[in-house]
Amino acid sequence: MSITRDEVAHLARLARIALSDAELDHLAPQLDQIITAVAQVQEVAAEGIPPTSHATGLTNVYRDDEPVPCLTPEEALDQAPAVELQRFKVPRILAEE
Amino acid sequence: MTRELTRMTAAELSAALAAGQVSAVEVTRAHLDRIAAVDDRVHAFLHVAADSALAQAADVDESRRAGEELGPLAGVPVAVKDLFTTIGMPTTCGSRILAGWHPPYDATITRRLKQAGAVIVGKTNMDEFAMGSSTENSAFGPSRNPWDLDRVPGGSSGGSSAAVAAYEAPLAIGTDTGGSIRQPAAVCGIVGTKPTYGGSSRYGVVAFASSLDTPGPLARTVLDAALLHEAMSGHDPCDSTSIDAPVPPVVAAAREGDVSGMRIGVVTELGGDGYQPGVLSRFAEAVELLESLGAKVTEVSCPHFRYALPAYYLIAPSECSSNLARFDAMRYGLRAGDDGTRDAEEVMALTRAEGFGAEVKRRVILGTYALSSGYYDAYYGKAQQVRTLIIRDFDAAFGQADVLVSPSTPTTAFGIGERADDPMAMYLADLCTIPSDLAGNAAISVPCGLAPEDALPVGLQVMAPALADDRMYRVAAAAEAAFTDRWGQPLLAQAKGL
Amino acid sequence: MTTTDTLVPFAEAMERYEPVIGLETHVELGTRTKMFCGCTTIFGAEPNTQVCPVCLGLPGSLPVVNRVAIEYTIRIGLALNCTIATWCRFARKNYFYPDMPKNFQISQYDEPLCTNGWLDVPVAERTFRVGIERVHLEEDTGKSQHVGGATGRIHGAEYSLVDYNRAGIPLVEIVTKPVEGTGAAAPEVARAYVTELRDLVRALGVSDVRMEEGSLRSDVNVSLAPRGSGYWGKRTETKNVNSLRSVERAVRFEIERQAAVLDAGERVIQETRHFHEDTGTTTSGRSKEEAQDYRYFPEPDLVPVAPPADWVAQIRAALPEAPTARRARLQAEWGLRDAEMTALSNAGALDLVAETVAAGAPPSDARKWWLGELARRANDAGLELADLAITPAQVARVAELVSSGVLNDRLARDVIDAVLAGEGTPDEVVAARGLAVVSDEGALIAAVDEAIAAHPDIAARVREGKGAAAGPLVGAVMRATGGKADAARVRQLILDRLSWGQADGGTTITG
Repeated sequence: MSITRDEVAHLARLARIALSDAELDHLAPQLDQIITAVAQVQEVAAEGIPPTSHATGLTNVYRDDEPVPCLTPEEALDQAPAVELQRFKVPRILAEE
Repeated sequence: MTRELTRMTAAELSAALAAGQVSAVEVTRAHLDRIAAVDDRVHAFLHVAADSALAQAADVDESRRAGEELGPLAGVPVAVKDLFTTIGMPTTCGSRILAGWHPPYDATITRRLKQAGAVIVGKTNMDEFAMGSSTENSAFGPSRNPWDLDRVPGGSSGGSSAAVAAYEAPLAIGTDTGGSIRQPAAVCGIVGTKPTYGGSSRYGVVAFASSLDTPGPLARTVLDAALLHEAMSGHDPCDSTSIDAPVPPVVAAAREGDVSGMRIGVVTELGGDGYQPGVLSRFAEAVELLESLGAKVTEVSCPHFRYALPAYYLIAPSECSSNLARFDAMRYGLRAGDDGTRDAEEVMALTRAEGFGAEVKRRVILGTYALSSGYYDAYYGKAQQVRTLIIRDFDAAFGQADVLVSPSTPTTAFGIGERADDPMAMYLADLCTIPSDLAGNAAISVPCGLAPEDALPVGLQVMAPALADDRMYRVAAAAEAAFTDRWGQPLLAQAKGL
Repeated sequence: MTTTDTLVPFAEAMERYEPVIGLETHVELGTRTKMFCGCTTIFGAEPNTQVCPVCLGLPGSLPVVNRVAIEYTIRIGLALNCTIATWCRFARKNYFYPDMPKNFQISQYDEPLCTNGWLDVPVAERTFRVGIERVHLEEDTGKSQHVGGATGRIHGAEYSLVDYNRAGIPLVEIVTKPVEGTGAAAPEVARAYVTELRDLVRALGVSDVRMEEGSLRSDVNVSLAPRGSGYWGKRTETKNVNSLRSVERAVRFEIERQAAVLDAGERVIQETRHFHEDTGTTTSGRSKEEAQDYRYFPEPDLVPVAPPADWVAQIRAALPEAPTARRARLQAEWGLRDAEMTALSNAGALDLVAETVAAGAPPSDARKWWLGELARRANDAGLELADLAITPAQVARVAELVSSGVLNDRLARDVIDAVLAGEGTPDEVVAARGLAVVSDEGALIAAVDEAIAAHPDIAARVREGKGAAAGPLVGAVMRATGGKADAARVRQLILDRLSWGQADGGTTITG
């Protein structure tokens, strides 16, 4: 077994997804199957092979430090679930950052 | 006239519009009527933008009357995958978590289409957040394949593909991350291109896997795809991964369509077991056809291609687990469970549980796993190394051949529901397309016949090195012309019913 | 709120334990626009008026690197004697928090832009060389306001309001190597390091580094180990340290607290703590048992940063003088002893004096005014010298007015008061109030004669040769002229008038 139900539950918490028990029962075996399959990459001999994170080979792409028109507060807040005092209103945050 | 207009290609419409034979409003109306007539069965569209489309068309007609110089796409209807932000229309990404979201900005490609005078008729259905090969992962129901409404149109750009195949629009925009343009194009019997990564702007394209996502065109002919490819592509300063080089001359190449003297490499690893026999036979015939047109065919081996699927299903979920973290109920989209007693974290978790579908949950969890400390090197890190090896395989292969070919996908369109709860089976649809995404190369799918066992479309995939997109259009156009000759009509004309 | 922690008095703790300290400082760069988008960065703007799809993290948005932010970071790295990377990348730091729109922060992980430098920090008579581990670039977060609780703090709040104006502003993180061997000077060294760093960054012109505005933030790390043990203890990280004084207090408190924990035979918990300004104490921050796994991976939306060697050389060539070198040069130019130089630094008067000298005043005059009268005024008003409503150029002008005889010291003080009160420039004040020294000889002589006439006995004594007796006559003239005469001139006139050595009080005018 590549991954247990508990580990899947832990990962779901890390990813902030409140999985129900039924979902967990359903997803965990599927994830186990998938992880076993993708672990195939470990068969590849890759000593000294550099990883590729960017296919284009581009470097040094910048913009100038010049202001560009931004959104109005109305546009920024228009789609917000809740707004107060021109700010995004969110439920109480427990943990200190 | 209405039926005729929807059967015309974009190039034909463009010519008719330019010649004043028909107005943009008439063309748009004809397509809106077609959508109204068939989309209750095809379900290609999530949003039909009738009013704004007619207004755009009217603007084009006005400009033409005023004698302005207009580009080739002016007045031509385009369907846009619901992954691109569009002002004035919702952008749902096929997800409940964004149901009703109206973004305050246009994607660069949306803007370019508007500037080109193209008429956006609506937003098309897709697998949720571009994750899937059938549109069955859409939160709003699957789209259906116009060849057989009980079958999938492929995915994730299934809605765009179905719209074009059902004559609801001559052109559509999609995105290709693991094959999400080419595979739906193949199973719907149309043309779909994945441009060189970085060749078309990702600004305003909701991110799935950032280093792989590539916006591209879907159309019924190679020339139409090339026209759209040129209009939507090019450097964008808002996208740091966008290539600052001229768009390859794909339209010219599509018009030339000549393969004499070209070296064509058949990739050994993209065939064999797991491939539907009818797909393999139609592919083999396509290769013979190319040879008969003057191409030199060889076999090339890309030994690491067999690791492409697992590498992809590590890299893409990893990037998406991070890209989708922003959907947390705080600034836009669904907010669930905020009854005044819960804290922010709980509301986030409940919202994401309710708002995301099963496949998205699977991939986010998988990605979280692959990036975790302790697992990173063995999974994500290793996959990035495999990616390098695949790029090297391509480099070696392109040393022996000008383009590479393979089937676009191992099977024809499968039935709706057939693979819906079998993720591994679903992932196999991407076997042929994934390598190009990992390498960032260009690839196109062009119809090469119907599989004898089920009379469903088969696609031929042509792959070219990065920035050599024109090369594959040249080959695809040649194949298309030869096939159309052989069949006496376009493949799509053979579809019954629609 | 008082601490419930047991504490070991500092001196006692230092007898038994050795501290190792470290500092993580964040500097908000003063670029015109944000790190990855073109929104402006003006402090104090109305909420959510400087936001766009990119810094709001809207779906589909993409970052693009601000070239000037890279340049400023390289400047800081070079000034800290770091090696500048020839190739590096940004990375995503993944965690969920409402003030972070993407729920990941674009930062740098194992490939920082600058590494392995040092900063020499003067503390009392010694100089500590603090090693710099790394300098990297990242983006700042938005700001939350917690509503409904008693204190406006996070605990007990009902909900929060988030403003994303600050989200995306470029932030440079400077991390020291562990600093050993400070002993009992650890709190001072920590404070001096942040001070020195602040001055350096300010001199580079890349940030206004105001701790009170949040453009300079410092976290302090402290660990203790028994003296001579040879190993390092578990360290704590203290956040919310918002002033230089707090840096010192936080280190001191942690030493006292950790000493008590270790004395009791317990283990110091490796954790993040929160500093409380009002009590000078720290409390435990995170309640999570598990350490955060940020799942870092290279940022796929950005391409690598590979600063060309000639660009770095250009930046290096344009670096301004380092504060230590500048201090040494000024000390030599002004002919001051070390203690005098230190006094200037401690009073926060160094730059002000330098600017006053640059505006034309002699160093002694500049020092006299800033360390004397102005220091008193600042103290009375509870302000820093730099916050007084008078500029070095204006102080130089006052000093010039005195040395040219237009003002005397007393009048000069009046002028300074008026300038501080907002009445205008020194020249404007002098003109408006008619404060110029009475230099009209005629009027002065008339006043002198009146005083002589009014005090014949004193005048007689002066005439007899007792020049020292002239004081009361000078005083009388000064009063008569409302203090606007030059006292030395008055005295000379009196002496001349009474013709030292001459018998009569004739009207001979001596020039």
